[in-house]
Amino acid sequence: MAGYFKDLITGIKSLAIGMKITNKEFLTKPITLQYPHEALQMTPRYRGHIELLKDPESGTHSCISCGMCARGCPSGCITVKSKKVPGVKGKVLTDYILNFTTCSLCGQCVENCKPGAIDFSNEYNLASTNRDDFIFDLLKRLHPEGVPEPEVDPELLKKEEEKKAAAAKKAAEKKAAAAQAAAEKAAAAESGESKAEEKS
Amino acid sequence: MDELIRVIIYFVGIAAFLGLNLAYLGWVERKGAGHIQRRTGPKEVGPYGLIQPLADGLKLMSKQLVIPDAADRALYMCAPILCMVPAVLLFVVMPFGDELVPREFNLGLLMMFAFASAAGMSILIGGWGSGNKYSLIAGTRAVSQAVAYEVPMIITAITIVMITGSMDLNEIVRYQNGGFWNWNFLALNKSIFMPVSFLVFFVCNLAECNRAPFDLGEAESELVAGYITEYGGMGFGLFMMAEYANLVLAAALTTVLFLGGWNCPLGILPGPHWFLIKMYFLIWSFVWIRWTFPRTTLWGLLNLSWKYLIPFSLVNLLITALFIKVF
Repeated sequence: MAGYFKDLITGIKSLAIGMKITNKEFLTKPITLQYPHEALQMTPRYRGHIELLKDPESGTHSCISCGMCARGCPSGCITVKSKKVPGVKGKVLTDYILNFTTCSLCGQCVENCKPGAIDFSNEYNLASTNRDDFIFDLLKRLHPEGVPEPEVDPELLKKEEEKKAAAAKKAAEKKAAAAQAAAEKAAAAESGESKAEEKS
Repeated sequence: MDELIRVIIYFVGIAAFLGLNLAYLGWVERKGAGHIQRRTGPKEVGPYGLIQPLADGLKLMSKQLVIPDAADRALYMCAPILCMVPAVLLFVVMPFGDELVPREFNLGLLMMFAFASAAGMSILIGGWGSGNKYSLIAGTRAVSQAVAYEVPMIITAITIVMITGSMDLNEIVRYQNGGFWNWNFLALNKSIFMPVSFLVFFVCNLAECNRAPFDLGEAESELVAGYITEYGGMGFGLFMMAEYANLVLAAALTTVLFLGGWNCPLGILPGPHWFLIKMYFLIWSFVWIRWTFPRTTLWGLLNLSWKYLIPFSLVNLLITALFIKVF
């Protein structure tokens, strides 16, 4: 019988404590983030799709078009295209295309990148009904206003031109030499032939 | 002719009052639940989500009525209506103000309990008629709960009837005329346990309305949605509306029996506004309780009734009888 009233009193007390707590919570401000209207800053270490980094010194990416990212990609979703431009050291990147539909976000490309030209972006808001929206042109994303022309080093250009001229000259010489040799050979053959004729 | 106009006016009045309440109590509950859990609740449809009930109603009304193959068609269709009708009907005897009562009926309180039990019956009908095991379990639970809690509720009501000497709800309020010290929940000169009696009645109200923490009938975490599992569209809507109608009814009845109806706590300016203030305060406390406590077990529910509420109400009945005889 003593337990009967004890149970009752402790029960009522605990109920009152519960009501007090909910009342307190009711009076405090809601902590809901109204998502479509406002959003939290994504953490900097979030690993989204890859992106070309802007080098603050040159104002553009530092990709050397070595293609190690594309080679290391297990799902083959990276395409790197480059070309040689006269007067510019190394190759110039013309296209960096990420097919995000097959990307598994493994990060091998970022690991493989020697010059550190690519990194994970903080982009998380990716939704579309069109699959083409997930084929990213990273170069265009880096320079939405248009890709700047690569800087031409005049000295290098001069040197290259000289080299080219020299190479052309050499090639021409070689060609001439080859032609001469061929002519000689032909002449020799002719004479040989005549000799053979004489023999017969 | 006067009588006809009176009937029409009160009918329209009650329908409007209930319609507004049923729509907006849902909003109040969702807002309350939200803020208790530090969310905001509905806020997108209209300012502060105030048009949300309208949107919900339109959505429910535009839904197709699907009757399950296993259902007992007639019972399935009539259960939501049976649930709704008594709750609306009982406002006929509810005294909102001294002169503001549709029909002064000398057996108002008896009528109240007679029809209120029909709501529990309609839950059983709905549970049985759905032809679904969850619904059936919910129906049986709701009935055992209704039986267990009707006993202390009626005993407490009998105490009030003994004190006031009337079953007319209007007379009961008139008996409590004056400040809060005259009200039944503080009628210590009639029985020193009247505050306890008030608590017993309050708890029984929660159980009779199938409100949390006694919402075993629709226990959504165990029985899908209980007796409303198979209902969609307006069938579901009617059950929801009946739940709130019963809530309003329970709050109104508690106000009349224990809190002095339309009387002002300090005896100044009595009127229907005081009735509404007390009623909404009680309704808010129902919402508050719902979002505070977890659901009881069936065992705990019956234990509370048979071990605590019934003995307490019986003791109070005896003490009241003694006080009335002695003083």
